[in-house]
Amino acid sequence: MSAATMTAPLSKPGADEGRIGLRANLRHIGALVRRNALQIKQDPESMFDVLLMPVIFILLFVYVFGGAIAGKGRQDEYVQYLVPGMMGMMAMNIATAVGSGVNEDFRKGVMDRFRTMPIARSSVLIAKIVVELGRMLIATTILLAMGLLLGLKITGGVGSLLAAVALSALFCAGLMWIFILLGLVMKTTQAVQGTAMLILMPLQFGSSVFTRPTSMPGWLEAFTKINPLSSLADACRALIQGQGAVLHPALITLAWVVALTAVTMPLAVAKFRSKT
Amino acid sequence: MTRETISTRGGNAVEVRGLVKHFGAVKAVDGVDLDVKEGTVLGVLGPNGAGKTTLVRCLSTLLVPDAGRAVVAGYDVVRQPRALRRTIGLTGQYASVDEKLSGRENLYMIGRLLDLSRKDARRRADEMLERFSLTEAAKRPAAKYSGGMRRRLDLAASMIGRPSVLYLDEPTTGLDPRTRNEVWEEVQRMVREGATVLLTTQYMEEAEKLAHELTVIDRGRVIAEGGVDELKTKVGGRTLQIRPSEPDELKRMADAVARAGLDGIAGAAADHDGGVVNVPITSDEQLTAVVAVLARQGFALAGISTHLPSLDEVFLALTGHKASASDTSEDDMDQQYAEVSA
Repeated sequence: MSAATMTAPLSKPGADEGRIGLRANLRHIGALVRRNALQIKQDPESMFDVLLMPVIFILLFVYVFGGAIAGKGRQDEYVQYLVPGMMGMMAMNIATAVGSGVNEDFRKGVMDRFRTMPIARSSVLIAKIVVELGRMLIATTILLAMGLLLGLKITGGVGSLLAAVALSALFCAGLMWIFILLGLVMKTTQAVQGTAMLILMPLQFGSSVFTRPTSMPGWLEAFTKINPLSSLADACRALIQGQGAVLHPALITLAWVVALTAVTMPLAVAKFRSKT
Repeated sequence: MTRETISTRGGNAVEVRGLVKHFGAVKAVDGVDLDVKEGTVLGVLGPNGAGKTTLVRCLSTLLVPDAGRAVVAGYDVVRQPRALRRTIGLTGQYASVDEKLSGRENLYMIGRLLDLSRKDARRRADEMLERFSLTEAAKRPAAKYSGGMRRRLDLAASMIGRPSVLYLDEPTTGLDPRTRNEVWEEVQRMVREGATVLLTTQYMEEAEKLAHELTVIDRGRVIAEGGVDELKTKVGGRTLQIRPSEPDELKRMADAVARAGLDGIAGAAADHDGGVVNVPITSDEQLTAVVAVLARQGFALAGISTHLPSLDEVFLALTGHKASASDTSEDDMDQQYAEVSA
């Protein structure tokens, strides 16, 4: 092949036309959010984690373990401790689901379709995150409703409650990038789910969600202190109960969110691009 | 096979020069040149693992080539992918629709992603459903569609944006003959409406039916190109198969044809396993002549048929080796996965 071939002018020279404007981008994200929502409608079982987990976990912990943790007959007190912490746990749990969703998308031909279309590739990921946040909010609503049924008192007021929900949502969104990355790197959905469980279990139980870390051995107590889920649980608890330090755990949670996003989002986006 | 220009002024919708894409040691595409004239169909013929899918993926911005240039509809595939995506459509070997969504929702979504208004997206979706005879199945999830319906939905999805260049990567692989004919009719209709099509296929029959020009690739390289008839002449055109009423007469009949000295007929071979005599022919007149010779000599015939050379025969004629997938290193899809997991 001659050099002339490589340098011959194009008939339409210049930059890559068709940069995607903000409004178009939002429209694309909207269409993809709709897609994800329709998928859920088609496959209602995919909502089991959102609908049933808060109910099962709250019943399990209040009635099965609650007596042992807080003392017999003191379940009512335990609800006040448990439910705000579980908001953090739900946020973490739902965040893991995004991984299998992304993984599944990539093993289907439909991703090829999106990739040959004039849309920002990131809109596929953003739509997933939006839908997962919606699912998280539903799970949180169910959790709080169950809590109220079991005697939860929101002494901190509505503003503080909303702040707790917002903090959980931010945590959920920050955490999602890790699982998006996992979903992009791993070969099968099962592997993604298995790995997510491995990450989830120690973080959820080695935290201040279910019981006071002071009752744990020193090494585990030390672990709960650096576990971001503990900070989130403590912040939510202080906000909902209207007592205890809010700022400190909230700031630590936010710092985690920023750090996790700063590290894993570029990695996930880079991986996404290299795959696309 | 060096070509000097790369510009769309010559009426080429697709121009590819020296395109290379390797996956590690696998040279999936190894210096391909090709042109597709505007408004025509180029058939890219080759066995599994020849590099057809990799080629299409490079041309549709799904893969970045390692070397070479490709200009499609005036846009450079590497430097102007975004602009290019507005003008192309791709229907792959594997359905690229969302299986959980209904046919209508799939098409509506694609319309919205292509910046149609809600109303226009709905109208266009219904239009495409109608055209591809999917109106009745519009509300069912694509997962419940038959293979042919899914392929039609896939084609419909590719057509929503009225692309000027359409890639069809083995569009009828795995389809039954009836559905295959439907897909063929749709492709022909798209071409009538002005689309340029690059079609990959493993089937000589499909290439003959749809393509104006052919490019045969093997192991990532172009091994032959030209018009369909040109290529057929190169590989011996059709084969006339004659079945005598008496199987014992096979040998005598083959000799009779060979000795007749008919114009353009080099010989005839008795196939004892198949119970037929094979005569390579290049025109309909030759068919008549052969039959006339046999009639004069009083042979009784149980049946005659002609068949196009199979891909294997084409490859044997062009390369001297067989086109069976087993002797190529890897299937296209495997290469793709290797790349994805790398």
